[in-house]
Amino acid sequence: MKHHIVLRIVTKIMIPLIVIYALYIQFHGEYSPGGGFQAGIIFSAGFIIFSLIFGLDVAQDAIPPEVARFLAAFGVLLYIGFGLACILLGGQFLEYKVLLANDQAGETLGIIGIELGVGITVAAVALTLFYAFAGRERE
Amino acid sequence: MALVAVAVVRIRNLFAVIMLTGIYSLLAASLFVMLDAVDVALTEAAVGAGIMIILMLATLALTTSEEKVRITRQSLLALVVVVITGGALIYGTLDMPQVGDPQAPAHTHLAPHFTQQSVEEIGIPNMVTSVLASYRGLDTLGEAVVVLTAAVAVILVIGSGRARQRKRRQKKPGSRESRS
Repeated sequence: MKHHIVLRIVTKIMIPLIVIYALYIQFHGEYSPGGGFQAGIIFSAGFIIFSLIFGLDVAQDAIPPEVARFLAAFGVLLYIGFGLACILLGGQFLEYKVLLANDQAGETLGIIGIELGVGITVAAVALTLFYAFAGRERE
Repeated sequence: MALVAVAVVRIRNLFAVIMLTGIYSLLAASLFVMLDAVDVALTEAAVGAGIMIILMLATLALTTSEEKVRITRQSLLALVVVVITGGALIYGTLDMPQVGDPQAPAHTHLAPHFTQQSVEEIGIPNMVTSVLASYRGLDTLGEAVVVLTAAVAVILVIGSGRARQRKRRQKKPGSRESRS
Protein backbone atom coordinates (compact mmCIF):
# COMPACT_ATOMS: atom_id res chain seq x y z
CA MET A 1 0.00 0.00 0.00
CA LYS A 2 3.06 2.26 0.02
CA HIS A 3 2.34 3.77 -3.40
CA HIS A 4 -1.25 4.90 -2.71
CA ILE A 5 -0.42 8.51 -1.93
CA VAL A 6 -4.03 9.66 -1.45
CA LEU A 7 -4.73 6.81 0.96
CA ARG A 8 -1.55 7.55 2.89
CA ILE A 9 -2.19 11.27 3.32
CA VAL A 10 -5.85 10.80 4.25
CA THR A 11 -4.94 8.13 6.80
CA LYS A 12 -2.28 10.34 8.30
CA ILE A 13 -4.94 13.00 8.86
CA MET A 14 -7.62 10.60 10.07
CA ILE A 15 -5.75 8.40 12.54
CA PRO A 16 -5.09 11.07 15.20
CA LEU A 17 -8.76 12.03 15.03
CA ILE A 18 -9.84 8.39 15.48
CA VAL A 19 -7.55 7.92 18.48
CA ILE A 20 -8.65 11.19 20.09
CA TYR A 21 -12.29 10.20 19.58
CA ALA A 22 -11.57 6.89 21.27
CA LEU A 23 -10.06 8.68 24.26
CA TYR A 24 -13.06 11.03 24.35
CA ILE A 25 -15.45 8.09 24.48
CA GLN A 26 -13.29 6.47 27.15
CA PHE A 27 -13.20 9.40 29.57
CA HIS A 28 -16.53 10.99 28.71
CA GLY A 29 -18.54 7.79 29.16
CA GLU A 30 -20.11 9.09 32.37
CA TYR A 31 -21.94 11.87 30.53
CA SER A 32 -22.44 10.55 27.00
CA PRO A 33 -22.86 7.11 25.49
CA GLY A 34 -19.89 4.86 25.49
CA GLY A 35 -17.30 3.50 27.85
CA GLY A 36 -14.22 1.36 27.98
CA PHE A 37 -15.37 -1.34 25.59
CA GLN A 38 -16.32 0.94 22.71
CA ALA A 39 -13.26 3.13 23.27
CA GLY A 40 -10.92 0.16 23.14
CA ILE A 41 -12.48 -1.09 19.91
CA ILE A 42 -12.25 2.34 18.24
CA PHE A 43 -8.64 2.82 19.34
CA SER A 44 -7.59 -0.55 17.99
CA ALA A 45 -9.51 0.08 14.75
CA GLY A 46 -7.53 3.26 14.21
CA PHE A 47 -4.28 1.46 14.91
CA ILE A 48 -5.17 -1.43 12.60
CA ILE A 49 -5.91 1.01 9.77
CA PHE A 50 -2.44 2.48 10.37
CA SER A 51 -1.01 -1.01 10.15
CA LEU A 52 -2.88 -1.77 6.90
CA ILE A 53 -1.61 1.39 5.19
CA PHE A 54 1.95 1.67 6.49
CA GLY A 55 2.78 -2.01 6.83
CA LEU A 56 2.66 -4.51 9.65
CA ASP A 57 6.34 -4.10 10.54
CA VAL A 58 6.00 -0.39 11.32
CA ALA A 59 2.94 -1.08 13.46
CA GLN A 60 4.71 -3.86 15.33
CA ASP A 61 7.60 -1.51 16.01
CA ALA A 62 5.15 0.92 17.58
CA ILE A 63 3.28 -1.68 19.68
CA PRO A 64 5.05 -5.06 19.68
CA PRO A 65 2.88 -8.18 20.07
CA GLU A 66 4.46 -8.91 23.46
CA VAL A 67 3.42 -5.48 24.74
CA ALA A 68 -0.13 -6.00 23.42
CA ARG A 69 -0.37 -9.34 25.23
CA PHE A 70 0.97 -7.78 28.43
CA LEU A 71 -1.52 -4.90 28.24
CA ALA A 72 -4.43 -7.30 27.70
CA ALA A 73 -3.68 -9.00 31.00
CA PHE A 74 -2.80 -5.69 32.67
CA GLY A 75 -6.26 -4.24 32.00
CA VAL A 76 -8.00 -7.13 33.74
CA LEU A 77 -5.53 -6.90 36.62
CA LEU A 78 -6.23 -3.15 36.92
CA TYR A 79 -9.95 -3.94 37.19
CA ILE A 80 -9.35 -6.59 39.87
CA GLY A 81 -6.92 -4.23 41.59
CA PHE A 82 -9.67 -1.63 42.02
CA GLY A 83 -11.88 -4.34 43.50
CA LEU A 84 -9.18 -5.43 45.94
CA ALA A 85 -8.45 -1.83 46.90
CA CYS A 86 -12.07 -1.52 47.95
CA ILE A 87 -11.67 -4.61 50.15
CA LEU A 88 -8.49 -3.24 51.73
CA LEU A 89 -10.26 0.03 52.52
CA GLY A 90 -12.98 -1.84 54.39
CA GLY A 91 -15.69 -2.22 51.77
CA GLN A 92 -16.87 -5.12 49.68
CA PHE A 93 -15.33 -6.22 46.37
CA LEU A 94 -15.92 -3.43 43.79
CA GLU A 95 -17.75 -1.23 46.31
CA TYR A 96 -16.22 2.05 45.18
CA LYS A 97 -17.84 4.16 47.89
CA VAL A 98 -14.92 3.53 50.23
CA LEU A 99 -12.25 4.81 47.83
CA LEU A 100 -12.77 8.47 48.77
CA ALA A 101 -14.42 10.30 51.64
CA ASN A 102 -17.30 11.47 49.45
CA ASP A 103 -19.52 8.60 48.30
CA GLN A 104 -20.27 10.04 44.87
CA ALA A 105 -16.65 10.96 44.18
CA GLY A 106 -15.54 7.48 45.22
CA GLU A 107 -18.06 5.84 42.91
CA THR A 108 -17.01 8.05 40.02
CA LEU A 109 -13.31 7.33 40.61
CA GLY A 110 -13.96 3.60 40.73
CA ILE A 111 -16.01 3.67 37.53
CA ILE A 112 -13.35 5.66 35.68
CA GLY A 113 -10.71 3.22 36.91
CA ILE A 114 -12.47 0.04 35.85
CA GLU A 115 -13.52 1.56 32.52
CA LEU A 116 -9.84 2.30 31.91
CA GLY A 117 -9.05 -1.34 32.68
CA VAL A 118 -11.73 -2.57 30.28
CA GLY A 119 -10.57 -0.17 27.58
CA ILE A 120 -6.92 -1.26 27.82
CA THR A 121 -7.91 -4.92 27.73
CA VAL A 122 -10.24 -4.62 24.73
CA ALA A 123 -7.81 -2.52 22.68
CA ALA A 124 -4.92 -4.88 23.39
CA VAL A 125 -6.99 -7.98 22.65
CA ALA A 126 -8.22 -6.59 19.32
CA LEU A 127 -4.63 -5.75 18.38
CA THR A 128 -3.51 -9.24 19.40
CA LEU A 129 -6.17 -10.85 17.21
CA PHE A 130 -5.16 -8.66 14.26
CA TYR A 131 -1.48 -9.52 14.71
CA ALA A 132 -2.33 -13.19 14.89
CA PHE A 133 -4.24 -13.05 11.60
CA ALA A 134 -2.01 -10.61 9.76
CA GLY A 135 1.23 -12.27 10.83
CA ARG A 136 0.42 -15.42 8.89
CA GLU A 137 1.76 -15.95 5.43
CA ARG A 138 -0.52 -16.87 2.56
CA GLU A 139 -0.50 -20.64 2.22
CA MET B 1 -32.24 -5.74 7.05
CA ALA B 2 -33.90 -8.95 5.91
CA LEU B 3 -32.95 -8.13 2.30
CA VAL B 4 -29.31 -7.59 3.28
CA ALA B 5 -29.31 -10.85 5.26
CA VAL B 6 -30.64 -12.81 2.29
CA ALA B 7 -28.06 -11.16 0.03
CA VAL B 8 -25.25 -12.14 2.43
CA VAL B 9 -26.34 -15.76 2.20
CA ARG B 10 -26.77 -15.82 -1.59
CA ILE B 11 -23.81 -13.83 -2.92
CA ARG B 12 -20.70 -15.87 -3.68
CA ASN B 13 -18.15 -13.03 -3.82
CA LEU B 14 -16.76 -12.86 -0.28
CA PHE B 15 -15.61 -9.23 -0.54
CA ALA B 16 -19.17 -8.12 -1.32
CA VAL B 17 -20.44 -10.30 1.53
CA ILE B 18 -18.11 -8.55 4.01
CA MET B 19 -19.26 -5.11 2.86
CA LEU B 20 -22.90 -6.20 3.16
CA THR B 21 -22.19 -7.41 6.69
CA GLY B 22 -20.99 -3.91 7.52
CA ILE B 23 -24.16 -2.43 6.03
CA TYR B 24 -26.24 -4.85 8.11
CA SER B 25 -24.45 -3.72 11.29
CA LEU B 26 -25.05 -0.08 10.39
CA LEU B 27 -28.76 -0.75 9.87
CA ALA B 28 -28.91 -2.53 13.24
CA ALA B 29 -27.20 0.45 14.87
CA SER B 30 -29.76 2.82 13.33
CA LEU B 31 -32.54 0.60 14.69
CA PHE B 32 -31.04 0.82 18.19
CA VAL B 33 -30.84 4.60 17.92
CA MET B 34 -34.52 4.71 17.00
CA LEU B 35 -35.23 2.64 20.12
CA ASP B 36 -33.25 5.20 22.20
CA ALA B 37 -30.58 2.64 23.15
CA VAL B 38 -27.65 4.88 22.27
CA ASP B 39 -24.95 2.91 24.11
CA VAL B 40 -25.93 -0.31 22.37
CA ALA B 41 -25.98 1.49 19.02
CA LEU B 42 -22.48 2.85 19.59
CA THR B 43 -21.22 -0.63 20.44
CA GLU B 44 -22.88 -2.15 17.38
CA ALA B 45 -21.41 0.49 15.09
CA ALA B 46 -17.91 0.22 16.56
CA VAL B 47 -17.77 -3.57 16.70
CA GLY B 48 -19.98 -4.66 13.82
CA ALA B 49 -19.18 -2.00 11.26
CA GLY B 50 -15.65 -1.25 12.45
CA ILE B 51 -13.46 -3.95 13.84
CA MET B 52 -15.32 -6.95 12.40
CA ILE B 53 -14.91 -5.66 8.84
CA ILE B 54 -11.20 -5.06 9.35
CA LEU B 55 -10.60 -8.52 10.84
CA MET B 56 -12.64 -10.18 8.09
CA LEU B 57 -10.65 -8.34 5.43
CA ALA B 58 -7.42 -9.43 7.11
CA THR B 59 -8.70 -13.01 6.99
CA LEU B 60 -9.78 -12.56 3.36
CA ALA B 61 -6.20 -11.62 2.48
CA LEU B 62 -5.18 -15.12 3.57
CA THR B 63 -7.82 -16.96 1.55
CA THR B 64 -9.48 -16.63 -1.84
CA SER B 65 -12.17 -14.06 -2.50
CA GLU B 66 -14.60 -16.46 -4.14
CA GLU B 67 -16.71 -18.99 -2.32
CA LYS B 68 -16.38 -22.54 -3.62
CA VAL B 69 -19.74 -23.67 -4.95
CA ARG B 70 -20.52 -27.19 -3.81
CA ILE B 71 -23.45 -28.89 -5.48
CA THR B 72 -25.48 -30.30 -2.62
CA ARG B 73 -28.84 -32.01 -2.64
CA GLN B 74 -31.47 -29.74 -1.15
CA SER B 75 -32.55 -31.67 1.91
CA LEU B 76 -36.26 -31.51 2.67
CA LEU B 77 -35.71 -32.58 6.28
CA ALA B 78 -33.45 -29.60 6.94
CA LEU B 79 -36.08 -27.20 5.62
CA VAL B 80 -38.73 -28.75 7.86
CA VAL B 81 -36.49 -28.47 10.92
CA VAL B 82 -35.65 -24.83 10.18
CA VAL B 83 -39.31 -23.90 9.64
CA ILE B 84 -40.37 -25.61 12.88
CA THR B 85 -37.58 -23.91 14.86
CA GLY B 86 -38.42 -20.50 13.44
CA GLY B 87 -42.10 -21.00 14.15
CA ALA B 88 -41.32 -21.97 17.74
CA LEU B 89 -39.17 -18.85 18.20
CA ILE B 90 -41.88 -16.57 16.80
CA TYR B 91 -44.46 -18.31 19.02
CA GLY B 92 -42.21 -17.64 22.00
CA THR B 93 -42.09 -13.91 21.27
CA LEU B 94 -45.90 -13.72 21.47
CA ASP B 95 -45.69 -14.01 25.27
CA MET B 96 -43.30 -11.07 25.57
CA PRO B 97 -44.71 -7.72 26.68
CA GLN B 98 -45.32 -4.97 24.15
CA VAL B 99 -42.43 -2.57 23.43
CA GLY B 100 -42.75 0.39 25.80
CA ASP B 101 -45.29 -1.28 28.06
CA PRO B 102 -44.82 0.35 31.49
CA GLN B 103 -46.29 -2.69 33.24
CA ALA B 104 -43.69 -5.11 31.86
CA PRO B 105 -41.87 -7.11 34.58
CA ALA B 106 -38.53 -5.56 33.68
CA HIS B 107 -39.85 -2.08 34.50
CA THR B 108 -41.45 -2.86 37.85
CA HIS B 109 -38.66 -4.33 39.99
CA LEU B 110 -35.24 -2.63 39.74
CA ALA B 111 -35.50 -0.23 36.82
CA PRO B 112 -37.32 2.51 38.78
CA HIS B 113 -34.59 2.38 41.41
CA PHE B 114 -31.89 2.73 38.74
CA THR B 115 -33.63 5.55 36.90
CA GLN B 116 -34.54 7.56 39.99
CA GLN B 117 -31.75 6.91 42.49
CA SER B 118 -28.65 6.21 40.43
CA VAL B 119 -27.75 9.85 39.80
CA GLU B 120 -27.80 10.54 43.55
CA GLU B 121 -26.03 7.31 44.51
CA ILE B 122 -23.31 7.29 41.86
CA GLY B 123 -23.15 10.94 40.92
CA ILE B 124 -22.91 10.57 37.15
CA PRO B 125 -25.71 11.34 34.69
CA ASN B 126 -25.34 8.35 32.36
CA MET B 127 -27.44 5.60 33.93
CA VAL B 128 -26.15 2.93 31.56
CA THR B 129 -22.58 3.47 32.74
CA SER B 130 -23.54 3.41 36.41
CA VAL B 131 -25.50 0.18 36.00
CA LEU B 132 -22.74 -1.46 33.98
CA ALA B 133 -19.79 -0.40 36.09
CA SER B 134 -21.18 -0.17 39.59
CA TYR B 135 -24.41 -2.08 40.18
CA ARG B 136 -23.22 -5.05 38.14
CA GLY B 137 -19.48 -4.48 38.27
CA LEU B 138 -18.81 -8.18 38.80
CA ASP B 139 -20.56 -9.07 35.52
CA THR B 140 -18.49 -6.49 33.66
CA LEU B 141 -15.35 -7.97 35.19
CA GLY B 142 -16.49 -11.33 33.86
CA GLU B 143 -16.91 -9.81 30.40
CA ALA B 144 -13.40 -8.37 30.49
CA VAL B 145 -12.05 -11.80 31.42
CA VAL B 146 -14.03 -13.35 28.53
CA VAL B 147 -12.41 -10.91 26.09
CA LEU B 148 -8.97 -11.79 27.47
CA THR B 149 -9.81 -15.50 27.15
CA ALA B 150 -10.64 -15.00 23.47
CA ALA B 151 -7.21 -13.53 22.86
CA VAL B 152 -5.53 -16.40 24.74
CA ALA B 153 -7.46 -18.96 22.67
CA VAL B 154 -6.49 -17.34 19.38
CA ILE B 155 -2.83 -17.19 20.41
CA LEU B 156 -2.92 -20.87 21.39
CA VAL B 157 -4.58 -21.95 18.14
CA ILE B 158 -2.87 -19.90 15.41
CA GLY B 159 0.14 -18.37 17.10
CA SER B 160 0.83 -14.71 17.72
CA GLY B 161 2.36 -13.46 14.48
CA ARG B 162 5.86 -14.02 15.76
CA ALA B 163 7.03 -15.67 12.54
CA ARG B 164 6.98 -12.34 10.75
CA GLN B 165 9.11 -10.85 13.50
CA ARG B 166 11.84 -13.45 13.17
CA LYS B 167 11.95 -12.77 9.46
CA ARG B 168 12.14 -9.06 10.11
CA ARG B 169 15.13 -9.41 12.41
CA GLN B 170 16.98 -11.36 9.72
CA LYS B 171 16.48 -8.49 7.28
CA LYS B 172 19.29 -5.99 6.99
CA PRO B 173 19.00 -2.98 9.27
CA GLY B 174 18.31 0.15 7.26
CA SER B 175 15.48 -1.47 5.32
CA ARG B 176 13.07 0.78 7.18
CA GLU B 177 14.33 3.94 5.51
CA SER B 178 12.81 2.76 2.24
CA ARG B 179 9.27 2.96 3.66
CA SER B 180 8.22 6.40 4.80
